[in-house]
Amino acid sequence: MERIPILRIGEFLLVTIQVDMHDRLALTLQDDLTRAIEKTGAKGVLLDISALDMVDSFIGRMLSHISAIASILSASTVVVGMQPAVAITLVELGLELPGVLTALNAERGMALLRTHMDMGVTTDGRRGGE
Amino acid sequence: MGVEAASRLELGSEQDIVRARQAVRKLAQECGFSLVEQTKLVTAASELARNTLIHGGGGHMTMARVEEGVRYGIRLVFEDSGPGIPDLSLAMTDGWTSGSGLGLGLTGSKRLASEFDIVTGPGMGTRVTIVRWR
Repeated sequence: MERIPILRIGEFLLVTIQVDMHDRLALTLQDDLTRAIEKTGAKGVLLDISALDMVDSFIGRMLSHISAIASILSASTVVVGMQPAVAITLVELGLELPGVLTALNAERGMALLRTHMDMGVTTDGRRGGE
Repeated sequence: MGVEAASRLELGSEQDIVRARQAVRKLAQECGFSLVEQTKLVTAASELARNTLIHGGGGHMTMARVEEGVRYGIRLVFEDSGPGIPDLSLAMTDGWTSGSGLGLGLTGSKRLASEFDIVTGPGMGTRVTIVRWR
């Protein structure tokens, strides 16, 4: 079965989406990532969508869900690299990704995750319990 | 409105939604759409193709270049012979959903298109037509 790889880098997980995702693949990623957070105890997830040339309501919902699930599991999520045309389209579609933290690129996203980790909170402000 | 070179794609699986997106992207590029225009049309196509598959039980998409006077664009038609939409004004409300979605499929794709038309009713299937002018 087709899968999107999840890489572990220290206390963070890195996911780079490089394929045009069909719906089931998006759901599989959500499940895999949830399991990976639980297994590794990762404190942060960096989701790189720079290769995605389109985000529709289904993929947008997946991003929101991943962010919410990770937060409950005491991990922060940052979505990085959204193409400007995708951002413009998302807003017009009416999808503003509430609760999803974003950064312009992977470097800034990583810095953001570190800051959150140092403060001991997840990206939506929950206190991260050990 | 002048129409040329219509092509038809079956929408019977999730993979077909991806194929529809790619076909629309290719046509939009050939028609000289800007990147933002391409992205809007492809996103609208993705929403409508998913509606056809999930709510209509599958169907097909027809895409064509259209011309009107000096302007030109792309017309996409999504057709299914599913149960149809009993209450269209409700379905066209932002955030209303019959399933587990966000309720942005119809309203969102309407905002992303230049023109939007829907013909539906109980037991008569659904046909959604969108045009995006360049």
